[in-house]
Amino acid sequence: MADKEKYLRIQNVVKKFGDFTALKDVSLEIEEGEFICFLGPSGCGKTTLLRAIAGLDIQTSGQVFQAGRDISALPPSERDFGIVFQSYALFPNMTVSKNVAYGLENQKLEKSQIEKRVRELLETVGLPEQGEKYPAQLSGGQQQRVALARAIATSPGLLLLDEPLSALDARVRVHLRHEIKELQRRLGVTTIMVTHDQEEALTMADRIVVMNDGVIEQIGTPIDVYRKPECAFVADFVGHMNFMNGQVVESDRIQIGSQQLAAKTNGHKPGQAVQVAFRPEDLVAVEDGDMNNAISVNLKDIEFLGSFFRADLTGGDLGQSTINADFSINLSRRVNLEKGRELKIRVPADHIRLFPMEG
Amino acid sequence: MADTAFSGKSVPIKPKLSNDDWIMRGAMILIGLVLIIAIILPLYAMLSKSFEDSDGNFIGLANYVEYFSTPALFQSIYNSLSISVIATIVVLVTSFLYAYALTRTCIPFKKFFRLVAMIPLLTPSLLSGISLVYWFGNQGVAKELLFGESIYGPIGIVFGSSYWVFPHALMIVITALSIADSRLYEAADALRTSKIRTFFTVTLPGAKYGLISAGFVVFTLVFTDFGVPKVIGGNYNMLATDIYKQVIGQLNFQMGAVVSVVLLAPALLAFVLDRIVQKKQVALLSAKAVPLVPKPDAKRDMFFLGFCTLVAAVIIGMIGMAQYAALVKFWPYDLSLSLNNYNFDVMDGGGWDSFYNSIELGLWSATIGTVVIFFGAYLVQKGRGFEKGRGLFQAIAIIPLAVPGMVLGLAYIFFFNNPDNPLNFIYGTMIILVVVTITHFYTVSHLTAVTALQQMDNEFEAVSASLKAPFYKTFTRVTVPVCSPAILDISIYLFMNAMTTVSAVVFLYSSDTSLASIAVLNMDDAGDIAPAAAMAMMIAYTCLGARILHALLSRGIMKKTAAWRGR
Ligand SMILES: Nc1ncnc2c1ncn2[C@@H]1O[C@H](COP(=O)(O)OP(=O)(O)OP(=O)(O)O)[C@@H](O)[C@H]1O
Ligand SMILES: [Mg+2]
Repeated sequence: MADKEKYLRIQNVVKKFGDFTALKDVSLEIEEGEFICFLGPSGCGKTTLLRAIAGLDIQTSGQVFQAGRDISALPPSERDFGIVFQSYALFPNMTVSKNVAYGLENQKLEKSQIEKRVRELLETVGLPEQGEKYPAQLSGGQQQRVALARAIATSPGLLLLDEPLSALDARVRVHLRHEIKELQRRLGVTTIMVTHDQEEALTMADRIVVMNDGVIEQIGTPIDVYRKPECAFVADFVGHMNFMNGQVVESDRIQIGSQQLAAKTNGHKPGQAVQVAFRPEDLVAVEDGDMNNAISVNLKDIEFLGSFFRADLTGGDLGQSTINADFSINLSRRVNLEKGRELKIRVPADHIRLFPMEG
Repeated sequence: MADTAFSGKSVPIKPKLSNDDWIMRGAMILIGLVLIIAIILPLYAMLSKSFEDSDGNFIGLANYVEYFSTPALFQSIYNSLSISVIATIVVLVTSFLYAYALTRTCIPFKKFFRLVAMIPLLTPSLLSGISLVYWFGNQGVAKELLFGESIYGPIGIVFGSSYWVFPHALMIVITALSIADSRLYEAADALRTSKIRTFFTVTLPGAKYGLISAGFVVFTLVFTDFGVPKVIGGNYNMLATDIYKQVIGQLNFQMGAVVSVVLLAPALLAFVLDRIVQKKQVALLSAKAVPLVPKPDAKRDMFFLGFCTLVAAVIIGMIGMAQYAALVKFWPYDLSLSLNNYNFDVMDGGGWDSFYNSIELGLWSATIGTVVIFFGAYLVQKGRGFEKGRGLFQAIAIIPLAVPGMVLGLAYIFFFNNPDNPLNFIYGTMIILVVVTITHFYTVSHLTAVTALQQMDNEFEAVSASLKAPFYKTFTRVTVPVCSPAILDISIYLFMNAMTTVSAVVFLYSSDTSLASIAVLNMDDAGDIAPAAAMAMMIAYTCLGARILHALLSRGIMKKTAAWRGR
């Protein structure tokens, strides 16, 4: 290939623990300065892949190149990265300043230079006054910032974050998300963050690597992963998705329940049984009687979720199946959303995705 | 889209070792080799000796045949077993009740009772024998209480053994009983379960593993102890005293080796059984458990206060009698007090020098032992890769726990006194005493270190590597300070055991390196019982001093580091 060497290249990486294969031939390329999230359910191998990149648990086979250098077999100390763990792993017996300075001391810098850099870093992470405290005297969010400052202190080319926010409570988490993202943009450091929180991945990542069971299911921008999931797993894992069994009728028509709808069939042949997927928020309640691509359903139940309502719909064209639809507060002011009433729901053709039947 | 378009085959990777990896593995292999030399090879030498005649020819099982066809010898197996079983029952019951009182009742003076119970740890097991002589011996003050039975024999051995192993069992049972979830008791209460039934369905099962473990510990300690039967056993033969008699009395090393193997076998069995049982133990205390706070109950508390007072009185009576006897001019004819018995230099046993030797041994064992053991545990626990080597090291580090001191000491004779052994030069020096002491008490220290290290975040090493800090920097600047309480615990443990051990060193001291505990043994042997008691008390005071120093240091460290330990 003629194009320029990517910053980080992971090639056919396999990691075995005894008989168990945690990573099955994983390949991936990352651009310099990108913010990448590894997203996937617990136990899918995110941490394993991150630790292989760091050299902490070196892969059984496959290669890793960083900035054109083959680092596949190198120990962590000979690689170029900073890392933050879920547990923070701050040295408890050292002050915040000492923790941040720990890596700088190994660079043979002068004392005054180190002090200056530590001050800068603490300012960068928003803790200018806390240098003399011990980790145990800080809140979880503050500890996380110190860990971050320590990891970026030596200006590594690659920043690795393993679920850095999952030990924090919800508000702090949302706040830190923005800060980390902002910091990363400012420093321009290539960053990989492991998370099993899709919201985190969607809001922070330039590209998301969705993993499942030791393989990469999809790599794409948050919008792509959300809008154009390439497989049922991604569709199901990222965001909320309705799945129904259906059938392709014509090259641009499908059948679900007792209704036929227009949809892009992307290569699925007429007669083929498929999984039909569409998101609750893409469903539109028909208010003007226009029954184009609409189904009629019964409102079984409705749940208030703060900024919107989530409805359970069943019956009508759906028969026994149940799907969810999200209705805005606005709509609820115009339309009577009483339990048990009948509704017409449009399923926009653009938002219907088809996946092969499982098994 | 092109991201997954690689067509290359997956190349197997052989991780490159960093400098740290080389150093850590090298150091671990080195310590492992020392351990092999200090435990495996000597045991092997002893085992092979038991198949040889006195000229070193292989004679198969002949020694064992001779052993089992000499009733006087194998009678000891029965004696040792029955004494150990009886003592185990006595100690388990006593320590359970005592521990129950300390953890589950509202008696006053709990701290005092806890401290008193630890007194036996301060002295060699010999002391309990000596005390019994003064209480119930031929000229004992309370001889009548035995109704004509002699204290020299099974009664004395059971009593004396129970005294000195009591704290060992008590610590385990207290730990087991401290782990209680009050919710279980509330549930039992809510179901109107009777107190007795609650005891048998909740309390006992909860402490089951602790009791089993304590049982194995007590059994092994009594079974392999030499001090008590030596002093108070009279003509009643036990395996440990047999080894001593065969080796020191008759210079029959082969038979000594055979008896050692016979002694080692049940000790090993108990050890293996204990391991199996402990593996079965599931964590009883979930994170959500609510600690039990006992409620007052006048009748129950009265009973347990009485019981604890009785036990404490016995313990104080034992050590108090030793102290009193040490100060008395000429028992039982002249009961006026003097320090004559502390004039060790005029008696057999090595004089005051042996006391100073003991302190020297204690300090060497504590410093070198702590450094080696903690560092070894660190390498095993925090090393990167090399799982097989680390597993092997861990396994070897456990072995010393299963090997009785006498057996280890005798094995050292066979191994180090062999002129062909390049390490022969340490025989008869302080070095071999330090080596045998550290080895004998290796496992408990190692496990203490491992527990402390396990409580540390495993990612410290990963973070350090990413920051390009060499491992020894993180080790000295983070690991050691954080683990300093455990390190102190290990050093005091090694020091006290070096001061009090007899069995591990009894075959290995020379005239230049006699020890205080050996002096107690030899003076008692020579009939100088009062000076023996005096020397035993010197050991007790030294250990007490060390303990107090340890407590002060620990408190100082805790205070200094309170800021970062987060209370
Ligand atoms: N040291 C190990 N030995 C054996 N199996 C392991 C080891 N480390 C991880 N595994 C297994 O490999 C799989 C992937 O683990 P990994 O830690 O990468 O998951 P993860 O995606 O990070 O999950 P989580 O979100 O729970 O952190 C899991 O099934 C795990 O049990
Ligand atoms: Mg993980």
